[in-house]
Amino acid sequence: VTVADNNQELVFSRTFDAPRESVFRAFTEPELVARWWAPDDERVDVEVLEPRAGGSWRYVNTEADGQRYVFHGVFHSVEPDRIVHTFEYSGMAGVVLLETVTLEDLGDGRTRLTDSSVFPTADARAGMTGDGSGGAMDRLEALLKSL
Amino acid sequence: MGDLDSTFAALADPVRRAIITRLTAGEATLNELAEPFPISLQAVSKHVKVLERAGLVTRGRDAQRRPCRLRPEALAETADWIEAHRRRTEERYDRLERLLHEIKE
Repeated sequence: VTVADNNQELVFSRTFDAPRESVFRAFTEPELVARWWAPDDERVDVEVLEPRAGGSWRYVNTEADGQRYVFHGVFHSVEPDRIVHTFEYSGMAGVVLLETVTLEDLGDGRTRLTDSSVFPTADARAGMTGDGSGGAMDRLEALLKSL
Repeated sequence: MGDLDSTFAALADPVRRAIITRLTAGEATLNELAEPFPISLQAVSKHVKVLERAGLVTRGRDAQRRPCRLRPEALAETADWIEAHRRRTEERYDRLERLLHEIKE
């Protein structure tokens, strides 16, 4: 794992002794996702899994005592070697990560996975809240005043 | 108190991270904070306001100086969340590795 200094990014890297197609299936087939998403002592319900651009995903983990955790997001793009989606966790609602999972076929039956998770940035926030001038929120405010 | 979302946003800017780093050495006025940067006092003031809103920095009551101080507990909360997320993701990929092994057999 590396945490880059100039932005808010966590990078995970793994090499699996499995072909790229199998790794891709493990991310995109509900019955396979259910077998690795949650810890062994939690139940997972893959409520929604639409692995295509614009599709949603929603997984619910339930602990033995009934405590539920919801993970959800939207797929931006889904290709055999790259899946880009947002990630939000109910325990920390409002923090939306942009996660890019890259699958590299190493040519010998192994696959290198790289997962880059980017946390919300100041630039994005400035654009939303009108911290800078001319932000979307400023324009919305101006529009509302004109109505 | 700032929420975690605004804390992440506040920390995403290099000037604001430098301001935080400076404040770990002790409180400082806006003028003192602005010294190392090639940007205006007004710009620094704006950055400090973002840090205040995120709950990372408080300003003193002294009307003249209004020194800025760090609230380290707000930083700790963010660090805890990133660490918890990192650990959960690592464990998840451990399980994926096991699954891929099972599928193969």
